[in-house]
Amino acid sequence: MNILNLFIVIPLIMLLALWASRNLRQTRSVMVVGSSLLLLLAIYLTTDFIAQRGAGADAEFLYAASWQWYAPMNICYSIGVDGISVAMILLSAIIVFTGTFASWRLQPMTKEFFLWYVLLSLGVFGFFISTDLFTMFMFYETALIPMYLLIGVWGSGRKEYSAMKLTLMLMGGSAFLLMGILGIYFGSGATTMNIMEIAALANIPVNVQYIFFPIIFLGFGVLGALFPFHTWSPDGHASAPTSVSMLHAGVLMKLGGYGCFRVAMYLLPQAANDLAWIFIILTTISVVYGALSAISQTDLKYINAYSSVSHCGLVLFALLMMTRTSCTGAILQMLSHGLMTALFFALIGMIYGRTHTRDIHELSGLMKIMPFLSVGYIIAGLANLGLPGFSGFVAEMTIFVGSFEQPDIFHRTVTIIACTSIVITAVYILRVVGKILYGECRNEHHLALSDATWDERFTVICLIICVAGLGIAPMWVSNLIDGGVGNIFTILHP
Amino acid sequence: MEHTIFILALPLLSFLILALAGMKLPHKVAGTIGTLSLATVTVLAYVTAAQYFGAGRGADGLFPTLVPYNFTWLPLTESLQIEMGIMLDPISVMMLMVISTVSLMVHIYSFGYMKGEKGFQRYYAFLSLFTFSMLGLVVATNIFQMYIFWELVGVSSYLLIGFYYTKKAAIAASKKAFIVTRFADLFFLVGILFYGYYAGTFSFEPDVRLLFSAGIVIPVALGLMFIGGAGKSAMFPLHIWLPDAMEGPTPVSALIHAATMVVAGVYLVARMFPIFIEFAPQVLHIIAYVGAFTALYAAVVACAQTDIKRVLAFSTISQIAFMMVALGVCTSDDPHAGGLGYMASMFHLFTHAMFKGLLFLGAGAIIHAVHSNERDCMGGLRKYMPVTHITFLIACLAIAGIFPFSGFFSKDEILTACYSYAPMMEVFMSGVAGLTAFYMFRLYFLIFWGKSYYESQLALFEKGRIEKKPHTPHEAPAAMLIPMVILAAISCLAGFIPFGEFITANGEAYEIHLNTGVAISSTLLAIIGIATATIMYMKGQNKVTLTMKVRSKKFIQAAYHRFYMDELWLFVTKKVIFRGISRPIAWFDKHAIDAFMDLLGSATQTFARQIRTFQSGNIQSYCIWFLHGVMILALILIFLV
Repeated sequence: MNILNLFIVIPLIMLLALWASRNLRQTRSVMVVGSSLLLLLAIYLTTDFIAQRGAGADAEFLYAASWQWYAPMNICYSIGVDGISVAMILLSAIIVFTGTFASWRLQPMTKEFFLWYVLLSLGVFGFFISTDLFTMFMFYETALIPMYLLIGVWGSGRKEYSAMKLTLMLMGGSAFLLMGILGIYFGSGATTMNIMEIAALANIPVNVQYIFFPIIFLGFGVLGALFPFHTWSPDGHASAPTSVSMLHAGVLMKLGGYGCFRVAMYLLPQAANDLAWIFIILTTISVVYGALSAISQTDLKYINAYSSVSHCGLVLFALLMMTRTSCTGAILQMLSHGLMTALFFALIGMIYGRTHTRDIHELSGLMKIMPFLSVGYIIAGLANLGLPGFSGFVAEMTIFVGSFEQPDIFHRTVTIIACTSIVITAVYILRVVGKILYGECRNEHHLALSDATWDERFTVICLIICVAGLGIAPMWVSNLIDGGVGNIFTILHP
Repeated sequence: MEHTIFILALPLLSFLILALAGMKLPHKVAGTIGTLSLATVTVLAYVTAAQYFGAGRGADGLFPTLVPYNFTWLPLTESLQIEMGIMLDPISVMMLMVISTVSLMVHIYSFGYMKGEKGFQRYYAFLSLFTFSMLGLVVATNIFQMYIFWELVGVSSYLLIGFYYTKKAAIAASKKAFIVTRFADLFFLVGILFYGYYAGTFSFEPDVRLLFSAGIVIPVALGLMFIGGAGKSAMFPLHIWLPDAMEGPTPVSALIHAATMVVAGVYLVARMFPIFIEFAPQVLHIIAYVGAFTALYAAVVACAQTDIKRVLAFSTISQIAFMMVALGVCTSDDPHAGGLGYMASMFHLFTHAMFKGLLFLGAGAIIHAVHSNERDCMGGLRKYMPVTHITFLIACLAIAGIFPFSGFFSKDEILTACYSYAPMMEVFMSGVAGLTAFYMFRLYFLIFWGKSYYESQLALFEKGRIEKKPHTPHEAPAAMLIPMVILAAISCLAGFIPFGEFITANGEAYEIHLNTGVAISSTLLAIIGIATATIMYMKGQNKVTLTMKVRSKKFIQAAYHRFYMDELWLFVTKKVIFRGISRPIAWFDKHAIDAFMDLLGSATQTFARQIRTFQSGNIQSYCIWFLHGVMILALILIFLV
């Protein structure tokens, strides 16, 4: 049996088991067992993938398999992974695993929460393993819909509004996507939905590419928080419960970048080359604009949501620079941002759970009250502002060095503009750290609050280890994804 | 030279131990771990230096460049990769000695200074982290490794300045230090990117042909890198973070903000010197002018400060500027023909690290004794703190450039180098050196001479005017005095080190000889400075001082406020960036972009509400609509088909 199927089967079994579980204890055990299995499986997949590549397996996708399920439209359940998808699967598994612990004490309706949570992760895993456009789209939708309920039911603040806004905007994006997918399907002669086969045919006429590249890029770009379609993200994050924020910023936003790369640029290379400049401008705006708006936010989650806009903007920016190094950097940035933001949202959730406020003016002197969470927050902050030794630095430097490989004045200018984000990031991170962690605690109700519980410590430590691990030993990840990037790169630059 | 790896590994290890388990350790154990690892590092650094310089010059008459470790950390493009390693050449070996010595002194000193302080273990953890990063910076094999450790020293400095994290001023200062240097690092990074792309490598020894073909880009890249260096080394106008950084514990100021980290910019320029001199001599001269202006500016401001640590901070800025000037006035890499500045700069870096470290440690002892930074609370301390007094005096004489203290020799070389570049430069810098002597002795007299604040308070107490009995100033404990005495000894003797034998721009030996004219004139100026300070401040406030104060009140006020540079920066950050850019963008995001999305939503709803009336359930209206439809269709059919 193909090991990739397990990424669908395990969540399915988890769904059944959750449905059958009778009390909190059983629900938790199902989640712990299931998510640990997924994590182990992802680790096994990674090592096995590296071993196979090392042994000389040079097919573009390993573990490839295909079963037809709707012949008239040539729709298959085709799966397969390259280095990029393996990295993404590993990231998702880590976030799902830690997210489980981050929502350990979630009340009420824990069981129902986890049901949707698992369905969401099923969609995510399915998306990353599929190589069939339609199946991919189906999993994409599977991942989006539970978000509505997770935010709308278990969220906080203006949750109905945010849930609705998020869903509608992302659905708008998927309408574009569907259009684009059909455009690619018919453009390539309506014989196959398989990404590899379409890429091999390479017969989509240029004028068709010109129409559908922007459509698909926008469709995925909405999820990747592309300016000016990012406004679902701050409200959505602010209302979402902790683990949903983690999963959302950590993984779901990566679907956007991954899709842009795998579908828009891979299948429509000619248009990608010619039209990239439009989106480079938009993403450059995203990078700087997101960072600047983060400076004057007062809600912790808004700050990180805007920071995500900036960092995810950098992902798309790096993809569009279309050098091999910058694309590798983009994937690294996806991983790094996923882990860092998950860590950030986890910590914010933990602080919010105690203080019941996220307003930075109402928080102060937390360092003395909850040292563990505060130190974690500082580490997350330093990682976010690109301190060497953490993943952010590696990703950003790879992106900037890669982008500098484009010697013309336009690319140089936008790269330098994007570089300024490293200063702006420092401003908003240190502002928050100074305001909420340092100083004397002014709110007497906060004095009696407790520090992190064991499950929270576990979540934070796991994520910090991942962030630091990627930052200290980045070579194995860059080796892992390099092959996948190389394949797409050769198509972009024939 | 394989043992050099431990020079980096030990501080890192002690950082990890103290950071992970520190809070559970007793203070003494934590401090001992940090100090012992540093002591080992110091021994290793001296062993390395002895072996390196002891092995002598190679066949080409130069000290070899050794690279005991180097591995590819992250491959980026086909030609570019980030490497990590250890490189030993004369300047990096010299820096190893400087850093480990001062750091060890500070570790020992902190036992006394930080005794009983909450977060003692955290303090030692950060010290280890800083020492690790700083050592990694100087042994970097390539510019990118340097940048990585550059950022790490930045963050250690941030953490240590903000050590007293409940103090408002400390929080603001740490933030300011990090952001200002980060801003400068942005230029550094862009410079590295340019350099990497055109040189095809991040190493310090690029392919010269590639650089020639790149043309104007290389000077630009080097200029950008210098801006990064100017940020760390507090050159005008990026100096504003350094005086505020004095909010950190005083030993930290001695280590980071006087002796080691702040000279990283000088070290950077020295490291890139061969490329500077060949491809961008004009940039070097700009550096010289920036340095000269900074030296004067900081010296003037130092004359008007009342907080003793601030005086020392500005004096640091001024002295680093001297080093920058010395590098900038080089016109070739031959010390006999215009390349003397390089050697002079490194020499001054070495001697300055010792005497400035000593000054800060002395200031720490004084602050420890009187519990204040303000000069008004001092005065007449020489009776109470004899050892501190003597060591402080030695350091003052050294910085003023009086024979035979170390500062005399290094400053003399700098002035000689300036003279060979342009006599005006020499005159200007000698003037600044005279000013240095003046403000240092002003400080010295205000602290140790004049009317004792303690005695006057005691008199008031005895008369019953104040309730609390003033605290008697006391000499510092041995843990603090020993490092001071050691540094004082080095400051006395370091001038006689034949520095030119070891470090010159082109690597060839150079015998230091005093330029009599320069030496006499600069000594004269220094003595005039000291004499003026003696007249004005030795007996406390006297007539001369008071008339001066009244005559140039405005100027002194302006100098006290550092010529309003901080206000300018505050205006730029608070008003322009925060209020002028960030707020409007956030507003625009909420009220334009987001509102447009909301508008789409509400427009859909309104539209739906409008057409909802069609579905009224009213049969008659359905019939009417149906009839209308039929008629329109019929008309279309009749006329169009």
